[in-house]
Amino acid sequence: MTVTDNPVASFHDNDQHPVGFGRMLRKEDPRLIRGKGNFVDDVQLPGMLHLAILRSPYAHAKILGIDVSAAQAHPNVVAVITGADLAEQGLAWMPTLSNDVQAVLATDKVRFQHQEVAFVVAEDRYSARDALELIVVDYEPIDPVMDVRKALEPDAPVIRDDLDGKTDNHCFDWETGDAAATDAAFAKADVVVTEDIVYPRVHPAPMETCGAVANVDQISGQLTLWCTSQAPHAHRTVYALVAGLPEHKIRVIAPDIGGGFGNKVPIYPGYVCAIVASLVIGKPVKWMEDRTENLVSTGFARDYVMRGEIAATSDGKILAVRTNVLADHGAFNGTAAPVKYPAGFFGVFTGSYDLEAAYCNMTAVYTNKAPGGVAYACSFRITEAVYLVERIVDCLAHELDMDPAELRIKNFIQPDQFPYTTKTGWVYDSGNYEPAMRKAMDMIGYDELRREQAEKRERGELMGIGIAFFTEAVGAGPRKDMDILGLGMADGCELRMHPTGKGVLRLSVKTQGQGHETTFAQIVSEELGIPPEDLEVVHGDTDNTPFGLGTYGSRSTPVSGAAAALVARKVRDKAQIIASGMLEVSVADLEWMKGSFQVKGDPEKSVTIQDIAMKAHGAGDLPEGVEGGLEAQICYNPENLTYPFGAYICVVDIDPGTAHVTVRRFVAVDDCGTQINPMIIEGQVHGGLTDGVGMALMEIIEFDELGNCLGGSFMDYLIPTALEVPDWETGHTVTPSPHHPIGAKGIGESATVGSPPAVVNAVIDALKPFGVRHADMPLTPSRVWETMQGNHTPPI
Amino acid sequence: MQVPAPFEYERATSVDHAIALLERLGSEARLVAGGHSLLPMMKLRFATPEYLIDINDLHDELGYIRVEGDEFRIGAMTRHRELLESDELAAAFPIFRDAEKVIADPVVRNRGTLGGSLCQADPAEDLSAVCTTLDASCVIRSSDGERVLTMHEFHRGPYETAVEDAQMLTEIRIPIRPNGSSAYEKVERRAGDWAIVSAGAAVWMDGETISDARVGLAAVGPNTTGIGAISEALRGQVPTEELYATAGGLAAEASRPSADSRGTEAYKRHLADELTRRALRRSVARITGTNGQEA
Ligand SMILES: Cc1cc2nc3c(=O)[nH]c(=O)nc-3n(C[C@H](O)[C@H](O)[C@H](O)COP(=O)(O)OP(=O)(O)OC[C@H]3O[C@@H](n4cnc5c(N)ncnc54)[C@H](O)[C@@H]3O)c2cc1C
Repeated sequence: MTVTDNPVASFHDNDQHPVGFGRMLRKEDPRLIRGKGNFVDDVQLPGMLHLAILRSPYAHAKILGIDVSAAQAHPNVVAVITGADLAEQGLAWMPTLSNDVQAVLATDKVRFQHQEVAFVVAEDRYSARDALELIVVDYEPIDPVMDVRKALEPDAPVIRDDLDGKTDNHCFDWETGDAAATDAAFAKADVVVTEDIVYPRVHPAPMETCGAVANVDQISGQLTLWCTSQAPHAHRTVYALVAGLPEHKIRVIAPDIGGGFGNKVPIYPGYVCAIVASLVIGKPVKWMEDRTENLVSTGFARDYVMRGEIAATSDGKILAVRTNVLADHGAFNGTAAPVKYPAGFFGVFTGSYDLEAAYCNMTAVYTNKAPGGVAYACSFRITEAVYLVERIVDCLAHELDMDPAELRIKNFIQPDQFPYTTKTGWVYDSGNYEPAMRKAMDMIGYDELRREQAEKRERGELMGIGIAFFTEAVGAGPRKDMDILGLGMADGCELRMHPTGKGVLRLSVKTQGQGHETTFAQIVSEELGIPPEDLEVVHGDTDNTPFGLGTYGSRSTPVSGAAAALVARKVRDKAQIIASGMLEVSVADLEWMKGSFQVKGDPEKSVTIQDIAMKAHGAGDLPEGVEGGLEAQICYNPENLTYPFGAYICVVDIDPGTAHVTVRRFVAVDDCGTQINPMIIEGQVHGGLTDGVGMALMEIIEFDELGNCLGGSFMDYLIPTALEVPDWETGHTVTPSPHHPIGAKGIGESATVGSPPAVVNAVIDALKPFGVRHADMPLTPSRVWETMQGNHTPPI
Repeated sequence: MQVPAPFEYERATSVDHAIALLERLGSEARLVAGGHSLLPMMKLRFATPEYLIDINDLHDELGYIRVEGDEFRIGAMTRHRELLESDELAAAFPIFRDAEKVIADPVVRNRGTLGGSLCQADPAEDLSAVCTTLDASCVIRSSDGERVLTMHEFHRGPYETAVEDAQMLTEIRIPIRPNGSSAYEKVERRAGDWAIVSAGAAVWMDGETISDARVGLAAVGPNTTGIGAISEALRGQVPTEELYATAGGLAAEASRPSADSRGTEAYKRHLADELTRRALRRSVARITGTNGQEA
């Protein structure tokens, strides 16, 4: 399987109607760039009402009473609902994706600032918002628990006193690896390096905030929910299980989605409020959160306080990695991860290295912060894992005074070791690390940069080169191991060919900008030899698509992409039987020519897939036992995850006077196996790299000691612009996945996972003259300057 | 979508009309110029005026940059973009273009105004630092007539100015003096963000020596700060790195920064020093025609 880098134009501007893999413009873009997309907030229904949510000003407080009378008296207000009202219906609490519970509206007390307390339904959005100010809530503040390190102190206020017998803020413990073997490896090591590493709380901040329009038909009892959901089928089942609504009477439609990054995986109280409101009032109800609500209350990411330890021989052979993690899960454990994986896939913290032993011990706690926990392009906590190992390996290079590229290459898992079982039990499917690393080094001119750096250091200039080499684990997942709330992580796909040889492909996954309508059409195009334009891709509507768990964790191509290829092969197999009838030869005598079946050795005798589609629906007999029509469906259960990897190198310059960091260059060599559409891959990589620069240099959701969230607007929560990032330099190697039908691996989160350590490693490298080995993100000018002054843990 | 509280809207057609509306509607009325400070605050409901008086139609009357006698006169409705693009202004006071290049983004600069910037009186506001550096005066008009105030008199504290009910800022006046130049230095966390700290400098020379100099800082205290001690220390001196260091030290000393998510106190004080040196160095280089790189 080779992939050629055609310029964009050569794909579409020629007359050959190319099929299959390669660059092509996205089928969804004409609609999106012309403003003809259809997002949740575009949904307008006759008589639709608007819902606004009252949120708590306190991080931790008892609710003594709520007076809604003034709000109810507002002329445009239709209803005001509190937690007590929901409790009467048994709807005040809902399950989270991690088998915890979360308040839909607070009843007893509020547990994070901006928690949902009541909602107003009014005739227009302005009135709903105005009426919130008329609700009077009597709070009795309680000391909040904001510092994860203090959450387990004996006198810490207990946040989750709603849970039976709960007397502390402990959420769960988790471990992986072999503690004794790891201790033994550390005991014999020449060098042991320990570093405290914080991955701060950040936010996905999608351009479109979360929202829903709920419409309950009073007569049929049918609920239609337009919703910003990355997983419409999973959401539907959860609504059925929670609210007792019959599943066949629920239709969840995720229309165009303006970015998800994991933020749109959970079910938020606002969705439930909209459903309840429509049920009670009997009219359609819209809830769209504003920017502040999105930043302060929806799924955050990271918030891991990690101690990393690495053991090695004096010549740089890494023996073992050990880590102890304190995980901040906020007020409710809303982590979206497979049930058996409370820490997501953090277990891949052994990275791309062949180790003797590894061990992780994690304690998760509750704090008075917003719940959520895994969202944000992190492949289920792999972002944290990769950051830990890539940072600690650099710390080791620092101690050994070894080149960080050389240290990594020396310790890579070798190509002949794949499939490789890590010391924490993950089976890496395929990999060939050194060529990717060498390619990145060649592209950036590594040796020349080191020479330049040496010269600059002589002159007191601060330049840094940072490397990160990551291995990801994406495509959750095999149903024997992986489920969310008991739902296996398999995905369905249906392909129906029309008589004229065009087709419709129905997916269980849902794009939020990744380009599914193009990529999936190309997968089927490759299998059937018809142009991608001839395939309509339908997704996001539970009534019109097969069941599956949705798009997150870079799982669409590894899971649904496999389903699409296999469903097309099923169609092709049937087409072959029909073709054998049409050409009056046996099936075995036919050869597939990517678009047509031909009698072996007789190019004159062939039928195209379009001919076959017409025959399948047309007059005349089909071969014995063959039904009419040309369609198939499948539910794909992946055998394993896929393990994309990449080599990233970043060059930064730091102004010694102001400590301001400029990212000068960034080379990203990615290997996601077979490439379907290189342009879409590059787009995803560009976005992820930009994201990584943001996390490394500016993004953080902070709180003060009173529990106030300090990141509630884009003035406070900074995300990078085009001016903070260089022209990305991307490259690739191709190491197909052995178990995926087309050899593809996921790419959606690779760059988000791989880029933060590359940028941080570059900044720390630049600060080497100051003896600096580590500083925590975000590396704002202030923090870099404080680090230069010897203060390694400045507040900002 | 963030939605403001209810308000009434009026559109002024002249300065007199605006003032008449302010008089009639009282203290719950607010002028809206570019709206890039006021509207975000209204959407967050930090500001809840009962009446908005839109003065954008006054751009014809109050949108100008002209020289009158020995002064530059700039109308309060002059937009960031016009300040950025004015070659005349850049020739006389390069500090304006330096600053405008790093204020916000094109969308904001297309609408935001000089008057709105000064009246917002945000301690991190860049044009206030520029005007302080250039010893500008502010013309405030009411139905009783005009008052002319120094920047020091104009800014009374964070978000507080000398503009009272039924008054408006109409013009900024900047004295033109020979043999001078100016520069602006800002450190921001991200393009378009407010300053962590910024420093403006203006220098006038008499041959080899500095005849006068002024420094104005933003984001290091309750208001943009002009530092008299620096002017005193620089007058009559030959510019050297040591002199800039002295001035930087004075700037750091005069700063009263507070720690926030933009930076620690120590870092901000350091920037006051560093950026003062850079702005002075660049101003002098612009006069003497050298490149302004560190000696
Ligand atoms: C994203 C963003 C980034 C920004 N970044 C920066 C930055 O880096 N540096 C910076 O300095 N600024 C920045 N700003 C602020 C920007 O410069 C504003 O436009 C400016 O501060 C206010 O000008 P305005 O015309 O928009 O004022 P408005 O918002 O219309 O008004 C501001 C206040 O001044 C009053 N007012 C306006 N005109 C008059 C007048 N003639 N007389 C009396 N009162 C008046 C109004 O009543 C109001 O109280 C930024 C703004 C945004 C939205």
